[in-house]
Amino acid sequence: MATDTGVLTRRAIKVTGWRLFIMTVIGRSYPRVVGLLRERSWFFFDIFLPVLGVSSYVFVYRAIQAPEVYVGFVVMGGAMTAFWLNVLWSMGSQLYWEKESGNLGLYIMAPNSLMAILLGMALGGLFATLQRALVITIIGMLVFGVDFQVTSYLQLFAVFSLTMVALYGMGMMTSSIFLLLGREAWHISNLAQEPIYLASGFYFPLRSLNFWVAAGASIVPLSLGLDAMRQLVFPAGSFPPFLAVPTEIGILAVLSVVFLAGAKLLLDKMERLAIAEGRLTESRR
Amino acid sequence: MTTKTSAYKHSLIPQNPGWLPRTFRFAAWLGWQIESNWADPFVFAIYSVIKPISSAAILVVMYSVITKGAFENPVFPYIYLGNAFYIYVGAIMAGISWAVIEDREHYRMLKYMYIAPLHYPTYLLGRGVARFLTGSISVFITIAFGVLFLNVPLNIYAADWGLFFVSLGLGVLMLGFMGLLLGSITMVIVNHVWFLGEAVAGALFLFSGAIFPLEVLPAWLRPVGYAMPLTYWLELMRRALIGDVARAFPTLAGFSNMELIGILLATTAVIGLAAFLTYRYCDYRARELGYIDRVTNY
Repeated sequence: MATDTGVLTRRAIKVTGWRLFIMTVIGRSYPRVVGLLRERSWFFFDIFLPVLGVSSYVFVYRAIQAPEVYVGFVVMGGAMTAFWLNVLWSMGSQLYWEKESGNLGLYIMAPNSLMAILLGMALGGLFATLQRALVITIIGMLVFGVDFQVTSYLQLFAVFSLTMVALYGMGMMTSSIFLLLGREAWHISNLAQEPIYLASGFYFPLRSLNFWVAAGASIVPLSLGLDAMRQLVFPAGSFPPFLAVPTEIGILAVLSVVFLAGAKLLLDKMERLAIAEGRLTESRR
Repeated sequence: MTTKTSAYKHSLIPQNPGWLPRTFRFAAWLGWQIESNWADPFVFAIYSVIKPISSAAILVVMYSVITKGAFENPVFPYIYLGNAFYIYVGAIMAGISWAVIEDREHYRMLKYMYIAPLHYPTYLLGRGVARFLTGSISVFITIAFGVLFLNVPLNIYAADWGLFFVSLGLGVLMLGFMGLLLGSITMVIVNHVWFLGEAVAGALFLFSGAIFPLEVLPAWLRPVGYAMPLTYWLELMRRALIGDVARAFPTLAGFSNMELIGILLATTAVIGLAAFLTYRYCDYRARELGYIDRVTNY
């Protein structure tokens, strides 16, 4: 009995601090990555649905005889919807699902940080979604003959990386708010699809909107990310850019820091509030 | 064996015909409560219209970017009205199949419904009523916005309201049957139930010519569109409201209104039959395999 206790104590002492943080990140990202291999049919649906939407919008552009570069916009926007949906449903509202399934209380009781759990979800989700987005892009290129002409791989990499950091940081931040929500969480996530596709210019250049509308929409990192990536992969002059690429990279860097710091602050506050108000195990169906 | 048969009949054929109107009425009321009581009426009203309006606005911006705002071109009302009426597809068809998921997985009430004196297929159709109401509000606002601000050439004095309401009634019935069909399949599958309605609605959106004439599709894909009742329904709805503008497109120009109604009626009857046969089979399988009270957490 004494030995058992000793073993348990030693294990508990060993895994603390940063090591516990990293192990939590790996542990929470693992199911999202390995899930790809265990349930491959998810992959089909995650690609099939966006491809249907992309195809519809491509045919609209063809019906009104738009330049072919707009078909490329739709394919790129369709690929990026995968990230937005992942952030909405698998980051933002994830803690609500965990509450519904009874896991949230366990998360709070466990000796690891919620920030590490959310970071693990983000990394696992990003890895899984990246593959889906790549497949959607490749299908778009093959089926609709989209031609990407990259002018700067370095800038493209920087824009994509910063967009993802800011986007998933935003997801981590919003997930803390969902700690307090009941079934409104589902409706809010449901509501944040088409309006964001509209405001962020998923299927048309962001500059097509009024400047201030586009500026307001830039709070969603995908707005600036998409605009910058389009400038880097489509010929210059084929559409009006919103801002210069270096400016957009700068803003995305700022958004990344703000959202990650905001996630940490909000998470701590909301966790305390949720515990105080007894919302962690509440299930309002 | 005898027991199985009688238990099975209990589900498709109501033991008491008086159950049907009562089931339908209470299912509609329950559906409305589930849809709306999570927020105050004002928030709910905003929620109900923002999504469809945004969806329409995406198409409006796409169109205006390319055509520099040439809203008088007949293709614009074709796209706009097709998209507006398509709101009913997501609302009714996907909504009815979603009711099975809600009852089984979320509220975990499906097992109680099976032992209650109600008629489950009628219950599912009744659940579609609330979606029809909220969908109608969205369709109305979307079309009104188009008429007031985007030059959609709808003249309420020139519209064929008789054709409109006949087509709307048939379309709602067809979508209800399609929802029952999907809901029945939902009862016997575990994986991807969440995606089923969305996947079918997405496929119908692409192939039914909702937002572009079927001629734009590659020739080998067009027959899929011609095989869908939705294609004929959307054409009828457009013809009822904007008459000659809708006939400017060659897709179904060779068909008269009566022919289109006949096709829609026949395909609705076929879908209705398929829905009840599918329900009959899926209900039997779900009972035999113990799926009625299953919670998958998938």
